[in-house]
Amino acid sequence: MSVTAQSTKSNPFEAERNGLQLRRSIVNKLSIILTGFFAICASLFLIYLIGYIAAKGLQFINANFFTQRPRAPGETGGGWATALQGSAILITLATIIGVPLGMAVGIFLSEVGRGPFASFVRFLVDTLTGIPTIIFGLFAWVLIVVPSHSFSAVSGGVALGIIMIPTVARATEEVLRLVPNDQREASAALGATHSRTIMQVVVPAARSGIVTGVMLALARVAGETAPLLMTAGGTPFFNTNLFHQIDAIPLRIFNFTLSPYQIERDQAFSGALVLIVFVVITSLAVRWATGGFKRRGR
Amino acid sequence: MQELVASEGQSQAEIAIDIQRLDAWYGPSQALFDVNLSILPLSVSAAIGPSGSGKSTFVRCLNRMHEEVFGARVTGSVVIEGVNIYAPTINPIYVRRHIGMVFQQPNPLPSRSIYENVAIGARINGLAKGRALDELVERRLRQAALWDEVKDRLSGAPTQLSGGQQQRLCIARALALEPHIVLMDEPCSALDPIATLQVEDLIRQLKQHYTIVIVTHNLQQAARVADRTAFFLSGHLVEEEATAEFFSHPKQKETEDFITGRFG
Repeated sequence: MSVTAQSTKSNPFEAERNGLQLRRSIVNKLSIILTGFFAICASLFLIYLIGYIAAKGLQFINANFFTQRPRAPGETGGGWATALQGSAILITLATIIGVPLGMAVGIFLSEVGRGPFASFVRFLVDTLTGIPTIIFGLFAWVLIVVPSHSFSAVSGGVALGIIMIPTVARATEEVLRLVPNDQREASAALGATHSRTIMQVVVPAARSGIVTGVMLALARVAGETAPLLMTAGGTPFFNTNLFHQIDAIPLRIFNFTLSPYQIERDQAFSGALVLIVFVVITSLAVRWATGGFKRRGR
Repeated sequence: MQELVASEGQSQAEIAIDIQRLDAWYGPSQALFDVNLSILPLSVSAAIGPSGSGKSTFVRCLNRMHEEVFGARVTGSVVIEGVNIYAPTINPIYVRRHIGMVFQQPNPLPSRSIYENVAIGARINGLAKGRALDELVERRLRQAALWDEVKDRLSGAPTQLSGGQQQRLCIARALALEPHIVLMDEPCSALDPIATLQVEDLIRQLKQHYTIVIVTHNLQQAARVADRTAFFLSGHLVEEEATAEFFSHPKQKETEDFITGRFG
């Protein structure tokens, strides 16, 4: 142990009390306090938002809300069953269109496509992700609403389905890339065809990741409003004809918020609450499913 | 087709795999240069050499797995049971269904049960169903010396097995194709010494029924299990001899340098 000339204190682990040390410790504490403060601000904002919606919306959450159709403007009572039914139909249609196409694109990008064409497809998918969703509504409007002279569930489902494609495609591609290559080799060495390897070995190995991607895409389109304005149209009546206009939760929120009647403006918050609960449940289910998978897999 | 006709003149009983003028590429870089080799039936042949010598590429050319890599290609001929597997009319999928392959990392399919991992080999070739399939799976698991360890948990996941057990499961899966030839690409390099010895015992037993080609970076392993040993260097087949002769009296300077540990 040699004592250096500069050291004036006996214990090298004791903090020196000079200006630099003081400044460092203040900056250190300040930055910790600031990050904590902003973290609390952000969570408070979210809690306030959900609390406010719950406070205003809970009063109408009852059996009627889930079973009855909206009353004539100004009347009390009535429910959102039409919007719930409509959203269910629209999401189902979107899933039927978006999931197979999205998965197919994801499988192509991960397992089949190579070279410049695959890069081009990947670029297109990334671009689609960034396009404002109202553009897809416009597309479905031109493609289906204009020729058929009617708003319809089908056009809304098509718009939402196309919105799902890039999300599902990229999620599928990412999780398929995580499947170790030695599983593909194992299958190929047994004489399995490329398509059999993909459908029976690679996709099953990535199943939980694909399900997660699909659920998140579903939660996202469930709240889409803009593309439904010019496709689904919205209606206060029950409708099971896919070629007629149909209601949806976000559409009814939009319409009721602009209503001159106080009761409808208040009911918009109930719809918002149901939508938030749906999204929260979806993401919790995804967490549970993926967490559960990890426990089983390892 | 020329190779196909030419090979029929040779005695098929004496040669299991006849490799002529084999070249292999990964994109623009050549990995194998003019390999000529005859492999005898019901024998163990080892391919040794330093990393990047082409020994793995060589064994992957014997069931056309080399072409699975993007941009890879092969020229020359590999004649198995009188048929050139590189003839233009041959579908590589069918070649692989008749040649078993075992890889460096044990690679059972994790989403399938232990039973299914063996059965998939037989199912792909349409060999058996129902009870006959059960019997086939049991027979192959016994042959891979794994039956006693897994018979009570056939429906369990292969991931719960040890590395050595997983590798023997992969061997059982390869045997379930009912092949005549089994290729092994460094089958023990991910295993501990005890599991390695079990696999080596297994290889010696399997030799009675199968022609085995094994790649190894372990010279002692080649000396222990192989009847004949081939030395690869920079994509060239330097020397191939009966194993005892190979290690005691190597003909080539490079072989001697390698087996005495001067490089590699």
